[in-house]
Amino acid sequence: MKSSSRKNSHEWEAERLEPPPVPDLSGPWRGTGRFSFSPPTPPLPAMSWNRKHLLDIESLTADEILTVLDTARAFKAVGERAIKKVPALRGKTVVNLFIEPSTRTRISFQLSEQRLSADIINFTAEASSLKKGETLKDTARNLEALNADFIVIRHSASGAPHFLARVLNASIINAGDGAHEHPTQALLDTFTIREKKGRIAGLNITILGDVLYSRVARSDLWALTKLGAKVTFCGPSTLVPREFEQMGARVTHDVEEAIRDADIINLLRIQHERQRKTMFPSLGEYTSLFGLNKDRLARTKPDALIMHPGPINRGVEIDSEIADCPRSVILEQVTNGLAVRMAVLFLVNGGKGPQEISA
Amino acid sequence: MKSLLLTGGRVIDPANRFDAVADVLVTDGKIAAVGPGLAGKPPAGAEVLDVSGKVVCAGLIDAHVHLREPGQTAKETIASGTAAAARGGFTSVVCMPNTSPAIDNPGTVALIHDIALEQGAVNVFITGAITKGIAGEELAPIGSLRKAGVVAITDDGHCVQNNELMRRAMEYAHMFDLPVLDHCQDYSLVTEGVMHEGRWSTMLGLRGWPAAGEEMMVARNILLAETTGARVHCQHLSSAGSVQLLRAARQRGVPITGEACPHHFTLTDAAVAGSDKFWAADGKGVFGFDAGGELPSWPAYDTNFKMNPPVRSARDREAILEAVADGTLEIIGSDHAPHCSYEKEVEFDYAPFGITGLETELALALMQLVHSGRMSLPDLVARFTIGPARLLRLPKGTLSVGADADITVFDPNREWTYDCSAGASKSRNSPFHGWRLKGKAVATIVGGRKVWSETAA
Repeated sequence: MKSSSRKNSHEWEAERLEPPPVPDLSGPWRGTGRFSFSPPTPPLPAMSWNRKHLLDIESLTADEILTVLDTARAFKAVGERAIKKVPALRGKTVVNLFIEPSTRTRISFQLSEQRLSADIINFTAEASSLKKGETLKDTARNLEALNADFIVIRHSASGAPHFLARVLNASIINAGDGAHEHPTQALLDTFTIREKKGRIAGLNITILGDVLYSRVARSDLWALTKLGAKVTFCGPSTLVPREFEQMGARVTHDVEEAIRDADIINLLRIQHERQRKTMFPSLGEYTSLFGLNKDRLARTKPDALIMHPGPINRGVEIDSEIADCPRSVILEQVTNGLAVRMAVLFLVNGGKGPQEISA
Repeated sequence: MKSLLLTGGRVIDPANRFDAVADVLVTDGKIAAVGPGLAGKPPAGAEVLDVSGKVVCAGLIDAHVHLREPGQTAKETIASGTAAAARGGFTSVVCMPNTSPAIDNPGTVALIHDIALEQGAVNVFITGAITKGIAGEELAPIGSLRKAGVVAITDDGHCVQNNELMRRAMEYAHMFDLPVLDHCQDYSLVTEGVMHEGRWSTMLGLRGWPAAGEEMMVARNILLAETTGARVHCQHLSSAGSVQLLRAARQRGVPITGEACPHHFTLTDAAVAGSDKFWAADGKGVFGFDAGGELPSWPAYDTNFKMNPPVRSARDREAILEAVADGTLEIIGSDHAPHCSYEKEVEFDYAPFGITGLETELALALMQLVHSGRMSLPDLVARFTIGPARLLRLPKGTLSVGADADITVFDPNREWTYDCSAGASKSRNSPFHGWRLKGKAVATIVGGRKVWSETAA
């Protein structure tokens, strides 16, 4: 279009409707001139997320998991900027419905929501009508009547998020349901492992401890096996039943063997508050048989990393000094949790993937 | 003299080993005649029902229902529960004593008896509690309950944990020839279990209800039946191990019987993980759903799949089917357990156990046992008639001349889709909503009176 020549409106319209030329990006790239078109490393695959809820990892595809991880990587970059807040959820309302007590997950979600500029309602069972006999359905419908767009739910009953997803219109994010799943924990674990090891496929990952009651173990198993890792569950036979083999885990009760070839050792907290006295004799015996100590650590691969979803019981499942050693990535997991939860909220809000986030 | 003539049906009366196309004449509430050629000479003023192509059998008995009255009438009443029974083809039901108050005293028996006479669509037989308040601690007044008319004692819904107490209950009831029915559940093994312990409970993170928790009590009951000589009946058996124990005990002559529920021989624990998982894993074991077409669908953690005892593995389902077919389990009962929708619309852990069953029971039994080729139609009818009648000494379950004219007419081949909101029960907690079923009652006759028929509905 020649700017100097005057055209009639009809011609102008036709020219404007013509699509802009598509640059030819094939062939070798040259970084000349003002604009340096070096390809992004690694290239972002075309991704999409079409789910309204995040209820579990079991129903996700490997591609969907990777979409979350790549989106989280973009949000992690956002979190390293001076201004850490983005407007992605401005005008949206998120309810943090924590029916079961939680500290780290609740705080992590809250901060993630704040960084996405959402309005937040925090709700705990102790200070609510649930104590007066109101059902979860009624409580949640009342929150929805306040036009809540998202409900982040933590509940001691397995399947509670699935139940809410059936009876509400809001998007539901599972922040841990009973012994079922803890999807965002698995995503942040997977994110951390991929960041540290550069891959998931082919890694040996050992999850050690109270697997029976652990929602983290189940979600980790799904996420990691879908991405090609080999997952071993280890712990006392009462806490690691053989049924887990049918979900794709390798089950062993020999801790030395379980950690020998592990690239990642993920320790689970012994949830003594959930257990009766019938599952193992004492914490002391647990520690001697299954606790991660210096001797055992010395017989692992030198680059094996130690993870823990927290809260840790120093001196029970893990020696205090190991929790703080350089091979421990426990606190990085916490940091990555923010980026992962931002990514999840962003995606269930209709975001398609990392390509939409300006780093 | 009021007469009813049913013509041209296939008459099945296991009590008399009768299975032939015949006519049935009912006069003054009693069976007056059964045989061919009655159609030609109906008595004056007789109502004639052409039931050709249908099965005419002794009225079906459901030995295990919860009518919820008195005290829980939001879930069900004697009127609504018996109406559901009539629609399902049942002419008699045996109601369980876990009402509020429990049926642990003659007054409650009398109350139910009176309401049933006045409002019940079908015959109601009453069971009394084994222990006071179904608390498992001290014996209920079993002799007085017997005098008031109970047909058995049971703490159903609960299980007497104290073995000495159970032994004495059996000894005492034996004095009256009163059978002792038991809901077999060892509390210390089952703890807080909400579904079958296995692969799916592990995956779903739900507390397991191990099969051994039932088998432990089946074994206990076998030993105590042997010790006391009392007639003992294990209700709603769900596991392969239970069936194995029972079969061996019966072979050596122990006076023990067992009961199967349609959900245990149709569903498996995979159903709790949702319809996709169920049809993929265990759908092959359901008659009529393997030929493609649209499958019924439900979500994971659907509380309409929560019952006690729970639905178990495909292997257990197979064992229950086998046991009904070979007669190890002589009785089919629904364990009809209505609950209000608001009670079921909660977290899986918090939902009450139990599902409705009266209106789907006959169809599921026909599909899983007869249409699938496992047993003959007369044998199945026996499980619903002489099986429970013998155990409970009911003057029912036969088309003998002079017997009460309780008759069920059903079409074993009728295909229909169950809609839980279209039934007579006050509750809707059925896992079979939307299922395409095969086999349906078309008329239910109690004491010569047509209490339900498809055309009248």
